[in-house]
Amino acid sequence: MTTPDASTKKAWDLIVVGAGPAALSASIYTTREDIDTLLFERGVIGGLAGITDWVDNYPGFPKGISGLDLSENLRLQAERFGAVIELGEVTEIIDKGKHKILKTTSGDYSAKAVLLALGCDYKKVGVPGEQDYFARGVHYCATCDGAFYRDKRLVVVGGGNSAVQESIFLTRYASHIDILCRSDKLRASDVLQQELKKHSDKITVHLNTTTDEIVGVDNKVTKVIGTQTTTGKKREFATDGVFVFVGLLPNSQFLKGSKIKLDKLGFITTGTDLETSMKGVFAAGDIRSGATMQIASASGEGATAALMIRQYLEGHKLTFGEQV
Amino acid sequence: MPKDITIFTTNTCGYCVMVKKWLGAKGHNYQEVNLDEHPERQAEALAVSGQLAVPVTVVTKQDDSREVIVGYNLAKLAPAVS
Repeated sequence: MTTPDASTKKAWDLIVVGAGPAALSASIYTTREDIDTLLFERGVIGGLAGITDWVDNYPGFPKGISGLDLSENLRLQAERFGAVIELGEVTEIIDKGKHKILKTTSGDYSAKAVLLALGCDYKKVGVPGEQDYFARGVHYCATCDGAFYRDKRLVVVGGGNSAVQESIFLTRYASHIDILCRSDKLRASDVLQQELKKHSDKITVHLNTTTDEIVGVDNKVTKVIGTQTTTGKKREFATDGVFVFVGLLPNSQFLKGSKIKLDKLGFITTGTDLETSMKGVFAAGDIRSGATMQIASASGEGATAALMIRQYLEGHKLTFGEQV
Repeated sequence: MPKDITIFTTNTCGYCVMVKKWLGAKGHNYQEVNLDEHPERQAEALAVSGQLAVPVTVVTKQDDSREVIVGYNLAKLAPAVS
């Protein structure tokens, strides 16, 4: 089998926007059925999973697997069956009925069907100092930037799975970590919270504590100012850096104002068949309204989307009289 | 073609993998400085980029001018190595 070249082949059966677990799983299914499939990825292959330190709950890996290795395995499996990954960005989808035109940073492409597996990015906390010290003391990727904090103090903002998992990862570098969690309990899974307890010598959790301001001197972060919400008292946490994990933001900005319907938070709404409000355009994974934000469920949705797309393309052949 | 490309990386950085993959796909050779293996060179990465972040890609052009790209940013990386 010869793998087509995305620089010359501009018309595809299926174009997948994204190359995270949903996208790669879908493409494993579609390429195995000879549906030629091109994926566009503007960031990291594997999406957020690709920059996650460790994944313990993906079935089939009894000892867990690093996010980077899981992503690489998914990529290799998809490419084995002929999926093509183009490193670039899709900026617009135009509905032409029997096919869609995708405007991209690599030129225009057409597809009979499209799968939006856009994923999410980490949200900003939205406090003074956050933007000023971006990448110079304020970070959103522990596996990327943690190495700069050997024997330094850190603040991690958040209380969910990512905040706890990445705090544990950061203990390999930092001398001490303060986790600032605005609610009265961590939202991380019980397993992660048990793991967190093993690092109590290095990690202190501050519940009911908001993050109000990130303060620095001479271009360096020096402290975080927060509020203990139960008493209303201001608190200061001396630190050399801040890592923020306060939830996810859907990567759907380029769809705003398009015919593809989004919910009020910007996630894509679909029917039970995962089709969006634009016929022939499907959505799967974290970007879909109602998604459970798990790598395993994203992979499952990718597989489901692939089956729905196959069904759509069979109907497409009948409607438009083309070979799929 | 640039005279030299040096990338500062860490072992666990997914964006670093992407920069290397992209440069490899475009046929560019590069030198890698892994900051997990060479923590003594962190100050160098900070000095060239002004940021505590990787990947940092330093592109030295034929006229010895330098361009520094932080992160996996194809919009900046592609013209820098062309």
